[in-house]
Amino acid sequence: MKFLISLILTALLSFAICLYCPWWSIAIVAFVVAALIPQNPFVSFLTGFFALFILWFSLTLYISNNNEHILAHKVAVIILKSDNPFLLIIMTAVIGALVAGFAALAGSFARTTKK
Amino acid sequence: MKVLPFVISSVITVGLIVTLNTNLVLPAPLGGLLSPQQGIWQNAEDDNYNYSTDLKFPQLKGKVNVYLDDHLVPHVFAEKENDVYFVQGYIHAKFRLWQMELQTLAAAGRASEIIGDKALGHDREFRRLGMVYAAEISEKEVEKDPVIKAECDAYTAGVNAYIDNLTESQLPIEYKLLGYKPEHWNNLKTALFLKYMSYDLAGHEDDFEMTNAKSFFSPEDFDKLFPLVQDSLDPIIPKGTVFDSAKVKPTAPVNVDSIYFNNKDLADVQEEKPDRDNGSNNWAVSGSKTKSGAPILCNDPHLGLNLPSLWFEMQLSTPTFNAYGATFPGAPGVVIGFNDSAAFGFTNGGRDVRDYYEIKFKDDSRKEYWFDSAWKKTDFRVEVIKIKGKPDYLDTVAYTIFGPVMYDKSYTGGRSINNKSYAVRWKAHDPSNDLRAFYMLDHANNYADYNAAITNLHTPGQNCVFACKNGDIAIRAQGEFPAKWKGQGDFVMPGTDSSYMWQGMIPQDETPFQYNPARGFVSSANQKPTDSTYPYYLGRDYPEYRGLYINRRLSALNDITVQDMMDLQTSEYDVFAEMAIPIFLKNMKEEELTAGEKKYFDILKDWDFTDDINSTGATVFNILWKQFTKVVYDDEYANAPKVIMRPYESTLLESVLRDTAYKFLDNIQTDKVETLRDDVTEALKKATVELDTVNKEGKLEWAKYKDTHISHLTKLEAFSSMHLPIGGGTYCVSAVKADHGPSWRMVVSLKPQTEAYGIYPGGQSGNPGSKYYDNYISKWVEGKYNILWMMQKGQETDQRIKWKMTFSN
Repeated sequence: MKFLISLILTALLSFAICLYCPWWSIAIVAFVVAALIPQNPFVSFLTGFFALFILWFSLTLYISNNNEHILAHKVAVIILKSDNPFLLIIMTAVIGALVAGFAALAGSFARTTKK
Repeated sequence: MKVLPFVISSVITVGLIVTLNTNLVLPAPLGGLLSPQQGIWQNAEDDNYNYSTDLKFPQLKGKVNVYLDDHLVPHVFAEKENDVYFVQGYIHAKFRLWQMELQTLAAAGRASEIIGDKALGHDREFRRLGMVYAAEISEKEVEKDPVIKAECDAYTAGVNAYIDNLTESQLPIEYKLLGYKPEHWNNLKTALFLKYMSYDLAGHEDDFEMTNAKSFFSPEDFDKLFPLVQDSLDPIIPKGTVFDSAKVKPTAPVNVDSIYFNNKDLADVQEEKPDRDNGSNNWAVSGSKTKSGAPILCNDPHLGLNLPSLWFEMQLSTPTFNAYGATFPGAPGVVIGFNDSAAFGFTNGGRDVRDYYEIKFKDDSRKEYWFDSAWKKTDFRVEVIKIKGKPDYLDTVAYTIFGPVMYDKSYTGGRSINNKSYAVRWKAHDPSNDLRAFYMLDHANNYADYNAAITNLHTPGQNCVFACKNGDIAIRAQGEFPAKWKGQGDFVMPGTDSSYMWQGMIPQDETPFQYNPARGFVSSANQKPTDSTYPYYLGRDYPEYRGLYINRRLSALNDITVQDMMDLQTSEYDVFAEMAIPIFLKNMKEEELTAGEKKYFDILKDWDFTDDINSTGATVFNILWKQFTKVVYDDEYANAPKVIMRPYESTLLESVLRDTAYKFLDNIQTDKVETLRDDVTEALKKATVELDTVNKEGKLEWAKYKDTHISHLTKLEAFSSMHLPIGGGTYCVSAVKADHGPSWRMVVSLKPQTEAYGIYPGGQSGNPGSKYYDNYISKWVEGKYNILWMMQKGQETDQRIKWKMTFSN
């Protein structure tokens, strides 16, 4: 239950903060949520990781789908040297997930040290 | 207790962010680039994107309604005249901001700011050519004209209104990929854009190459290799036209033969040059020759093919004018198009308006130069070139009475020995108000208006074609051109005395023109404007074949329909091949051919001179002619300087047609005296080697061999349109080369209700993530056209309208 709440919170707040702030502010969100909601550090990492994986994956898939993947095809060739839009979407999700995961991990350790 | 894990995980987090947000580790900031709410995904345009919007800008004087149709062509209706230019600026920026900015940065010699010192050579060359200097002079001229100044101010304000409201996530994708942001637009940038077009169209010359050829060859050989007149010239203004005697009579200096024509100095500068084929076709047929009885005007400008396209279709409508056509993102007005009364179009004049003068500096300080028996002071202009990631580069350019000293010891232009200095005299440096020409054409109602309008077009000189609903057709080889004595400007001239300077301009009322000619049509395809009876020197280098073919067809056709004109515009018939092939057929020593060589000769025999998609004959001829040229001339050029002029294809063709014992057929490196038959056969043998390779790669068919492609301005293939299945070629009306060709095709029938068609190889949107980025290309490839819809008031509910943008204050 705590896992689900912190995951949803991380995802929603990340989406909200990115409306006004640079992309890496997801790290701040993940850090703060993990610091406030006590969980095992590894579980905190998974919270941050999956929150952003799901958020960025769904956003990107939704956007790209509506675009008929026109741009994803082209950018995949430029960045991945391979015409694989799905791989680009996964890569996007993984980037967000890793940053949020490690930020959440740091947040969970921060909470423990405060004790 | 858990300090260490906290520190480690924090360091990893920050490390990831830094890696993904900068260029320190990765080649691009992938985190920023791929974040769904800020990065490139924001450029992935929704298939059902809604362009409708209501905008408020206090700069507007009234209301403006923009109706976007299903091709994303904006039809702009403004209550007040200058508001239409504000909105044009806004819309140009909305769809093509990055392209506009990049083109003006390149024109200003500021490419190094974006791509680093790779571009330093280009930037220095453009600054030293005086591109910014010319734009500044042009801007000052516009300041004197309240109407055009107001037009430019409104346009600039519109562009900036868009830029100021741009958020980071809305930035065009190229800014995100290249890592920079747009800066504000200003009238100087509009001037720079127009100067870039001047460079592209009036910046070509071969003075250094010709100078070296003159020095290397004997005078008799030189005249044979570079004749002043081409046999198959069918001039724009037909032969037999009588010209007034010249009011300006330029006279060659007394010492011209010793100092200039017989001078044997070498000058081996290697310049960045515009494509020699930057040209076009245009023609207008009078109602006497059309089925409908109304005149038809056609134009297809030939330029480098890029994405986003140079052109942007728009309709501009105010209480004083209503015009539709191709516009330039970067400048206000409709450039090639039509209004409610008339249609207009341009082909490049191709006159040599860029000459070089050799400067004798007193010393390396370049503070003084010898001119008319005295030391004259130079002016210095310091060009500050900012370079991405490096300190600024300062280039001090010396300015003389002729213009900037483009090449000297401080800038070699690719030379190995740089002890000579050359100043450039370029017509584009002279003050002119060329925008006024387009402004007045957009408003033109009749022939008198057209004449008054185009008088303002000084540089680049263009052959302006005109057709009116009242039945008039006309063409004028327009421009402000230096009045030259015969041979002036073909070679580098001495810069030590004023007698070699340009002695005046050809008066405007002496520019060659035609108005409602008896033959019922006017046309131009970059050929020489007149025959030799015109009392001014017109230079040597003009392509003649497309013009020949167009005139042949227009003379023969009657009851002409719009479809006939489209067929002519997309014609792939190669008239140069028609004239050249008989040389090979008559002179081939078939008995000496192997089976492999004979195979290609048979293809040539069966060919119908059409450069169509699947033609193997076109490929064989292309390679064969190239080899024939090498067989004939390579021996004479074996010891020539690196920078030297090679003869035009028309020279070789016409020389051999006239005289089968043409002097250069002999290979001077062998004892034997080679004949035409020897050379033709050897050419085929050499061509076979190349053809076999091409054949093995599966590229013998013309479209595959030519490999036409339209590259994005960054050259990224993913944003480009590659391997297009299209025919045509340099000598065809459909002059499609590998990356150059008809950048806009337009056919306008001036019936009471105008019927117009057009297409360009690109799309209205400059966003590679939009379906409107390249949606016109397949139609263009197939030789098809869109209907150009001149929307009228009252058609606001027409089913072609998909979105509406309203602008108010």
